[in-house]
Amino acid sequence: MRLADLLDFAWQVVRGYRTRTLLILLAMGIGVAAVVAVTSLGEGARLYVVNQFGSLGTNLVIVLPGRSETAGAMPGVLVGKTPRDLTLDDAIALKRSHAVRRIAPLVIGVGDMHVGSRVRETPVLGSTAELMGIRGMEVALGRFLPEGDPRQIVPVCVIGAKMAGELFGTRPVLGEWVRIGDRRFRVIGVMARQGESMGFNTDEIVIVPLAAAQALFNTEALFRILVEAKSREQIPYARDDVEEIIRLRHEGERDVTVITQDAVLATFDRILRALTLAVAGIAAISLAVAGILIMNVMLIAVTQRRREIGLLKALGATGVQIRMAFLTEAVLLSVGGAAVGLAVGQAVRYAAVQLYPAIPFQAPWWALVAAPATAVITAVLFTLAPARRAAMLDPVQALSRR
Amino acid sequence: MIRFTGIERTFVVGDETVRALRSVTLEISQGEYLSIMGPSGSGKSTLLNVIGLLDRPNAGTYELDGRDVTGLSDDELARVRREKMGFVFQFFHLVPRLSAEQNIELPMVLAGIEPGERRKRLVRLLADYGLEDRARHRPEQLSGGQCQRVAIARAMSMGPPVILADEPTGNLDRHTGQEVMAVLERLHGNGGTVVVVTHDPEIGSHADRTLRMIDGAVISDERATERTPGTQRRNRGMTGT
Repeated sequence: MRLADLLDFAWQVVRGYRTRTLLILLAMGIGVAAVVAVTSLGEGARLYVVNQFGSLGTNLVIVLPGRSETAGAMPGVLVGKTPRDLTLDDAIALKRSHAVRRIAPLVIGVGDMHVGSRVRETPVLGSTAELMGIRGMEVALGRFLPEGDPRQIVPVCVIGAKMAGELFGTRPVLGEWVRIGDRRFRVIGVMARQGESMGFNTDEIVIVPLAAAQALFNTEALFRILVEAKSREQIPYARDDVEEIIRLRHEGERDVTVITQDAVLATFDRILRALTLAVAGIAAISLAVAGILIMNVMLIAVTQRRREIGLLKALGATGVQIRMAFLTEAVLLSVGGAAVGLAVGQAVRYAAVQLYPAIPFQAPWWALVAAPATAVITAVLFTLAPARRAAMLDPVQALSRR
Repeated sequence: MIRFTGIERTFVVGDETVRALRSVTLEISQGEYLSIMGPSGSGKSTLLNVIGLLDRPNAGTYELDGRDVTGLSDDELARVRREKMGFVFQFFHLVPRLSAEQNIELPMVLAGIEPGERRKRLVRLLADYGLEDRARHRPEQLSGGQCQRVAIARAMSMGPPVILADEPTGNLDRHTGQEVMAVLERLHGNGGTVVVVTHDPEIGSHADRTLRMIDGAVISDERATERTPGTQRRNRGMTGT
């Protein structure tokens, strides 16, 4: 029997018993759709978290002063020494690493910001022009901090969108002078609204040049240094270089903590992946149920179509041909069901995206492959027994019974 | 071409063993027109099924064209059946969801014949059995006589040397029954071996040779002499090898 004829024969059966076909398509479709929809949600949550970390900046390595050990006290504590501060010179020295693209030292403090008679307490961030690129920030009006020697005090600032609204109302902002503490700064830019990003609301901060912030808060110590590696692969080298450079500068003492974004991200990634797999597994149970339904329906079909099977045998059909006819039918039904399921699953995903545009719902490729494959494989497995029964039918009995 | 030696077929029904065929020894030659008659339960259908390789004897040997087919596997039997046997049933046994032409095509589809060749044969068969304008009708849209003609066309689609008909007129009115018999006799006239199972004496009397069965045994084997139907009558009693 030719393949095309086999398909055609099965197609006639599928078309001939509409209600039955629709019910199986429904069962298979629900199973596949469940897997696709559930994994879309899981993968969406995972990507959301990954993106949140990504908004910290790409290929980020963060250097914090001090070192936390999991066990035992620091040697420095025992001998009464405090860890050395991270300084601007430390930060500039990091640029020597080949794995490092750029760095942004950070100083953070809180100051009172005066505009005319209005005063507002605000977090003040001191950094350099590189911060914008590293953190992926955007400026809505004007420009960001100027490039140049980070040691030089330039009296300019960039303010968050919400700050601008609260302090200036509808008046023009650019070029105005504000006072923070006892220093005056000219506003050269307003940040675009970004909202909360890993516990930091950039809408409500003021960014000033690093040296200005150091002068303002009267400190040499950096809050931390953001280091951007040249590429994702370079992150481990960048981390090693950073540790080594700081160690050399700190007289051989490892007194900074270096966090790679990757390590944190990888943990979240693993957790959410496992979660997605687990719910996908639960959804896959519905596929098994659909398989059992197919088996049931096929067993009924064998009984219903006894005479037809007997006839086919009388016309010279071999056992293999009878089996193949039933299996092809199962494949057609399950492929149809899988197609319906994929379509419904994608529709659910689309609906979810409309409801929560922030979360990138998207079925992972493995689910898009595994769900239809599981559907077809279960269908075939559960049809083996009915098909075998059909092939074993005695043609004389099958033809005579009415 | 068909030689039975001591064929036995028994069925176990509950505790009883029913001997549907009792040591039947029989020869049928190429081109014969044979009717098998007897009351219901006499084993005539079983004999036909054994001839058609649908049923296996419990004992005895069956030679078809000189080849012992008693021990063939189910699949081998299916292939022999496909090539050599054409079945016509009392209840037509058309597949209800397929059109007349799709039903006729079935044996050729099972045999894996190319669509082009199938089409050619189909056109000829539809013409031969006067079914051109019914080709795309489903069985439920056909009359009984048309259904049986479709069934005969289907039986002939592989050009088998033997046609086996089990009560082919049993489900038809008298007039249509005669039409169908005329079609079967035409096949015989073209050199085909035709075996008809019937309990209607009139239908049975058309045949050149009549077997009568009672309780699984052949009790008489008569050859009609008054008529000589068929144009390619072969030598009677020749044991085809």
